Amino acid sequence: MSALLEIEDVTMRFGGLCAISNCRMTVPAGITHGIIGPNGAGKTTLFNLITGIYRPTEGIIRYKGRKISGQRPSRIALEGIGRTFQNIRIFKSLTVLENVRIAYDSQLRYGPMESLMRVGRYGRAEDESIARSMELLEHFGLSGFASIPASGLSYGSQRRLEIARALALKPALLLLDEPAAGMNTGETSALTEFLRDIRDHFQVTMILIEHHMHLVMNLCDKITVLDFGRVIADGTPAEIRANPRVIEAYLGESTE
Amino acid sequence: MENIRRFCVRLADRRWILPVLLVLGMTFCVVAESTSLLNSYTRFVLTAMLVNVILCVSLNLVNGYLGEFSVGHAGFMALGAYASAMLTTCLFPQTPALFIPAILVGGLMAAVVGFFLALLSFKTRGDYLAIITLAFLMIVKSALENISWVGGPRGLAGIPTLTTLPIAFATAIITLWVIRNLIYSKFGRAVVAIREDEIAANAMGVRTREAKILAFTVSSFFGGVAGALLAHQITFINPGSFDIVKSTEILVMVYLGGIGSLAGSILGAVIFTFLSEALREYGTWRMVILPLILVLLMIFRPRGIMGLRELPWFLPRRELFNRRKKS
Ligand SMILES: Nc1ncnc2c1ncn2[C@@H]1O[C@H](COP(=O)(O)OP(=O)(O)OP(=O)(O)O)[C@@H](O)[C@H]1O
Ligand SMILES: [Mg+2]
Repeated sequence: MSALLEIEDVTMRFGGLCAISNCRMTVPAGITHGIIGPNGAGKTTLFNLITGIYRPTEGIIRYKGRKISGQRPSRIALEGIGRTFQNIRIFKSLTVLENVRIAYDSQLRYGPMESLMRVGRYGRAEDESIARSMELLEHFGLSGFASIPASGLSYGSQRRLEIARALALKPALLLLDEPAAGMNTGETSALTEFLRDIRDHFQVTMILIEHHMHLVMNLCDKITVLDFGRVIADGTPAEIRANPRVIEAYLGESTE
Repeated sequence: MENIRRFCVRLADRRWILPVLLVLGMTFCVVAESTSLLNSYTRFVLTAMLVNVILCVSLNLVNGYLGEFSVGHAGFMALGAYASAMLTTCLFPQTPALFIPAILVGGLMAAVVGFFLALLSFKTRGDYLAIITLAFLMIVKSALENISWVGGPRGLAGIPTLTTLPIAFATAIITLWVIRNLIYSKFGRAVVAIREDEIAANAMGVRTREAKILAFTVSSFFGGVAGALLAHQITFINPGSFDIVKSTEILVMVYLGGIGSLAGSILGAVIFTFLSEALREYGTWRMVILPLILVLLMIFRPRGIMGLRELPWFLPRRELFNRRKKS
């Protein structure tokens, strides 16, 4: 079985600080992979490396067998990696619909001249992009808000919009950075169901960073534990729960 | 007050008003140009206003829609003005038919330089556009001062008066039309996404560098077009006509009318033109008042009057359908 994502001995240094050191990780297609670890462990940095926001100091990242480290973030996104951000990064003053359309735009095939003269493929492509984006919003229960500015959405809806937007890229791999941040226990279990539904409906491989143990243990097939930029454990939820190093480094301080 | 507001909203929804206004406007311009309906001063101010609309909407593309800060627009005007004036004055005098191609040459000249400037400025992540465009402005000015065949510091005189009211009107409409069609397409949405959040735009597959270069090049093109019109309106240009003061004036228009808005650009240009005519008698005080207005705007109303809002007249129908539901 060939892996969807392979991280090979990746190191990321910021000046003297080693945010990720010699990280190895393999994510096969079709699974949901959790990344946990204390604050500052390097989880977000790992996402930024995968999506090309940072270039690894050392090491290689492969996606579908092809090297993606060193590519531009837009190129990596178009290869089929969608993501959300720990601190929501939606396009605030654009409408909810426009947020999704921007991600969908990369699939539209028309040239500048066609859009200038409003001829050729332009009209149909735009109509189709609106229709598809509305479908997506419908699925996320956001279609009623399509024409309001995204900043007008509630916090939870903004998080959902961010996921919808990422899915508009039609990614094979979806990276979620703390999707349950700021949610209470009830909301978190609803999110668990929601993410499960997304995974099945859109057929994406997911990697998610989470602090809510419940969500991670319930949803993930595999878990990687990071601490000070190092992978300290790797395995199924049951293995992770039983791993003494993990309990010491992470679960020990905040069991939930 | 509420009644007035409601009336405006209803007016804004009547999209057929725009084509009617266009026809009336064009007719008015043609009549005004060929009869003595308006005195020459009024005609001059109206023409200047239309040129200002072109300047304002094209700079808005970079400073408003893209969210970068360019101060070099006067430089692109200079390129357009000089390139077109060289054609109509020195190379092919007495061929007024050449005016339209000359405008295009002016725009292209500015666009080519704009393209390379953008290539340079958007190479790295950092935003040095303000500094780079400032440097560009100074380079253009001193280059023009030192090239003797374009008149050096004394400039070019005796440029034929070719910018008529109808030509200025038509060019302004074409500019608005092109920029509007660009904005409401995947290219424009990419530009706007960069303003909202460059990192997120990147992560959504927006080729940010290409989008920035496109916006900047188109903006430069119309800056050059406006310069060409201006040259053939005032019939005399020198390097000093295109300095930082000129750039500041355009910035005031943009930030007054509203960033990221076509209606705002028109409004800004119109208000500015009349304001600046009213202030003309105060001479050098304008140099104090204008930057002051700019600073106050940036502090108290950084998005301007229309700020990111658009008149439904300018929206494509399919975008409109979606906004309607808002109310
Ligand atoms: N651009 C950067 N420049 C310098 N240091 C950085 C940069 N990005 C991250 N770091 C550092 O790298 C380390 C890992 O940060 P990261 O954001 O990846 O942690 P995290 O595991 O996501 O933590 P949290 O759970 O708080 O989100 C931190 O010490 C952080 O300060
Ligand atoms: Mg983080």
